[in-house]
Amino acid sequence: MPTTRTTTRTTTPSTHVTLTPGQVEEFGAELDALRTRLVESLGEEDAAYIRKVVKAQRAFEVAGRALFYLPPAWPLAVAALSISKILDNMEIGHNVMHGQYDWMGDPALNSRMYEWDTMCPSEQWKYSHNYIHHTYTNILGKDRDIGYGVLRMDEDQEWRSYYLGNPLYATLLMLFFEWGVLLHDLEIEEIAAGRRTWADTRHLHRGMIRKVRNQTLKDYVLFPALTGPFFLTTLVGNATANLVRNVWAFGIIFCGHFPAGVATFTEEETEDETRGRWYVRQLLGSANITGGRLFHVLTGNLSHQIEHHLFPDVPARRYPMIAPEVKAICEKYGLAYNTGPLSRQLGSVARKICRLALPGRRRTPDTVARLGAAA
Amino acid sequence: MSITQTLLRSPVLAALTSPHGVDRYLEQVNPMWAAHDVRARIVDVHREVDVPGHPPVVTLTLQPTRTWRGHTAGQHVRLGVEVPGGRRCTRVFTFSSPDSGPGDRFTITMRANPDGVVTRFLAAAPPGQVVHLSQAEGDFVLPYRVPDHLLMISGGSGITPVMSMLRSLQRRTHRGRVTFLHYARGPEQQIFAQELETVRRSGYGVDVHVLHTRAGDPYLSPAYLERLVPGYRDVLTYACGPARLMEAVRAAYDGSDRLRLEYFKTPTVATGDAEGDVSFSRSGTVAANTGATLLEQAEAAGLTPDYGCRMGICFTCTARKTEGTVRNVVTGAESALPDEDIQVCVNQPVGSCAVEL
Repeated sequence: MPTTRTTTRTTTPSTHVTLTPGQVEEFGAELDALRTRLVESLGEEDAAYIRKVVKAQRAFEVAGRALFYLPPAWPLAVAALSISKILDNMEIGHNVMHGQYDWMGDPALNSRMYEWDTMCPSEQWKYSHNYIHHTYTNILGKDRDIGYGVLRMDEDQEWRSYYLGNPLYATLLMLFFEWGVLLHDLEIEEIAAGRRTWADTRHLHRGMIRKVRNQTLKDYVLFPALTGPFFLTTLVGNATANLVRNVWAFGIIFCGHFPAGVATFTEEETEDETRGRWYVRQLLGSANITGGRLFHVLTGNLSHQIEHHLFPDVPARRYPMIAPEVKAICEKYGLAYNTGPLSRQLGSVARKICRLALPGRRRTPDTVARLGAAA
Repeated sequence: MSITQTLLRSPVLAALTSPHGVDRYLEQVNPMWAAHDVRARIVDVHREVDVPGHPPVVTLTLQPTRTWRGHTAGQHVRLGVEVPGGRRCTRVFTFSSPDSGPGDRFTITMRANPDGVVTRFLAAAPPGQVVHLSQAEGDFVLPYRVPDHLLMISGGSGITPVMSMLRSLQRRTHRGRVTFLHYARGPEQQIFAQELETVRRSGYGVDVHVLHTRAGDPYLSPAYLERLVPGYRDVLTYACGPARLMEAVRAAYDGSDRLRLEYFKTPTVATGDAEGDVSFSRSGTVAANTGATLLEQAEAAGLTPDYGCRMGICFTCTARKTEGTVRNVVTGAESALPDEDIQVCVNQPVGSCAVEL
């Protein structure tokens, strides 16, 4: 009997999986059934929820901008503005642009219309994220989110002396995350390698320049100027809010695919992938973060990266609700469901960043998993 | 434009509220405040015709935001409202009130279709309900210089745009002649019956002919039209009504350039699998429905629409379906809503279908 081996090259038995092709498709069918139930149950509560988040985001934003007129309230202003930007980028922006709320028919919450409060134009992000990253999740050579073309985040990325700077690059990417996201689509590393020319990126320039101009004008010129004598404190405050958002988004996003135990795949083994195997790859290629309700909201529910990768277009507020069921299905098929507290997942990511700065393809329990092609 | 409107539309405010725009903040305070968006509050719901066993005909009076630019009689407007289930549905409705100016109240009249989610909801809408509007659209309007003789032909709720024209002409104290021909099922289902009767009796150049074909009145034919308006093919004519009446009118006018027709788009019912034609309206291509997904059919027809994952997750291929029924190959769900955004990579047409590709 032909078998599909889903094996992780690891010594930990809990992540070692062998499923027959039939079982893989059964697993996929169970998730499809869950998905159908979810989509059918979408309604007023989901609409009310996202509207409530939008209202909160606008309120935090207005409060943050206004509090800069009161210099003693500066930390409060920065906090409010940071929360506003975090909500806008994660629970609203990321999720709306995934088409999670397209069914509502509201142009203000439509994936084709929404523009977010960050440097990267939504149109460009949607291409590299919704299409490339979500379709080819964790396929080395296809998913540019493995290291973002800057970092070495996987043993199978060949080591070069450049990667000695891995921790430094990661720190810079964290601090300037919105700029990193902006430049992602230029694929500068491909240009440096001579596989892409500057002219290939021409179609991106105008959108980038316009968005950067708008964002810079607002945060670093107009709002500071409006506060008159407090120009400098407002400017520093806005920059701080952007920085807070950068660090937070970087942290949450890096916990989604880089903690120990998350699998990566090769192009060969994902050729002619069935729907069941696509689901298995999404599951094994993602990791969750445990936490409270408010924490989940502030991560845009990306703390449920697994559920998000299984059902990227289902409203994210549903992810915590279905997580127990997804976990139960995974257990039934003996598939690993990677989750842990923020401190553990972050620590694991940090260790990986440092370890992979050095050469060596030593197989550790937390490295590469393989979703084998039909044997 | 008032100072407030000028301020709200200023480039500075646009820059400050970037990337969301002024309206995304104003709406949080009051849905009737807007810089660009157009919304309206329903101030009155009036039942024109309410015969038990038949869908009622309802006139809504709407107070638009100051962003409303007004309308010309005969035009229509896209109206969106959030119906139960959290979904905003948008439909096209025709004005029944005479020409309106910027920010003016106006009315629309519609038949509350028993399986029309939107019309049923609006017919029972509480006063104060806020709806979303486009600006007025359509070129089914009177010319700037109204000719001495006009002919208006309507059937059922198709009376709405021509009634709007008639009301505008009366307000403008039009001195010419109007022949107003209307078909209704029966007297008890006659929309605007009293007003038409008043107009008929006042007799200021308006000949009103209301026909009830079920009561034995003659159907529309060239002979009947010729008797009513000799040389009718040379008279500027506005016609609006059900498809059968429109076909009869079109045949009777035999290609005359004096005829103006207005069609309504209604949800088409699925005819079965892989039947009919798929039309890609932007490129003007029409092909026989093969039953494959719309993306595959578009590519087979030589088009190159945008796409990404081809499995329904990335939304790159989203396009507007203007007519027809589609089935989602992932969920099996069918949808017949007109003007709906769909992912063409996972939707196959069921019967004839039109997509903006």
